Amino acid sequence: MNVPDSAESALHAPTAEVEHAHPTWSTYWKVAVILTLITVAEVWAYYIPSFVASRGFVPTLLILSALKFTIVVMFYMHLKYDHRLFRVLFSGPLLIASLTLLALMFLFGHLHLKVM
Amino acid sequence: MSASVVHTSAPTHAHYTTLGLDNRKVAIWAFIGSECMLFVSLISTYLIYKGRSVIGPFPHETWTDPSTGQVFKPILNIPVTSASTFVLLMSSLFMVLALAAVQNKELPKRTRGERILGNSQLWLFMTALAGTTFLGFQAFEFTSFVHEGLSIRRNLFGSTFFTLTGFHGAHVTAGVIWLSTLLAIDYRRGLGSRDSLLVDICALYWHFVDVVWIVIFTLVYLLK
Repeated sequence: MNVPDSAESALHAPTAEVEHAHPTWSTYWKVAVILTLITVAEVWAYYIPSFVASRGFVPTLLILSALKFTIVVMFYMHLKYDHRLFRVLFSGPLLIASLTLLALMFLFGHLHLKVM
Repeated sequence: MSASVVHTSAPTHAHYTTLGLDNRKVAIWAFIGSECMLFVSLISTYLIYKGRSVIGPFPHETWTDPSTGQVFKPILNIPVTSASTFVLLMSSLFMVLALAAVQNKELPKRTRGERILGNSQLWLFMTALAGTTFLGFQAFEFTSFVHEGLSIRRNLFGSTFFTLTGFHGAHVTAGVIWLSTLLAIDYRRGLGSRDSLLVDICALYWHFVDVVWIVIFTLVYLLK
């Protein structure tokens, strides 16, 4: 296609990166406080024997860990503000890897499906 | 029409794709995606072999060697690892502050607080220092484990644990080296807003190393 260099440059201008402003310094500090509090809650839960023995221990820790993971990815890695392609590039392989992990856990008998 | 062109108006010879995104940023996200698969494979291996070691020491339980009568205490030291986790979380905060400082380099800094927040050298140094401290914690942990009888060849737990955390430690080491080079550039000629993508790419890698540790800390250290 015959497109002049200047026109082509304009066509490919980095609009996606300009559109979304990153969080402010105060947001970063708040996120750090939240991450610290979640970590404290996780370690605290580890030292409560009755809670460790209960059914809620593993799901609680997994949820808290997933929450921290999501917060860092969304706010510190700016995935919440950046182009959709970056979300696809990150979440696609992560989804495949997570499904593979679950499949392996079933295969090796760490997880069980209740059939009737 | 080529897939990527040199965006001549950009000051740092940025290479933009047809989506208007810099090639390097697309590349780092693709790299991080592939790294996700690497670490999930290592975590899967750890979880599959969790609780299947025939001999101790074990992560959370005491074990007595039947042949010698030697008692091995639970090997994991949660307070020390919690401290190192906190250090790594704080390093992520320092990293975003470094990136924000570079991005806002040209803005006027009126107050003392703004000058501190806008000091990219300080935050890059703090990030590298926190990363090095984390590595120090890991070296201490590995050394104490070996002294307590857990080596990479001792049992399934030792093999999978050292492989997983060792790979993570190698990534942290690479990140510290990367941060050090940015810090050297900042001291030498100063990083400005035109260099923000260089810092952004490094920051993405560093935060990824942090999120991997968030998962490892829960799955390896806290879940019994």
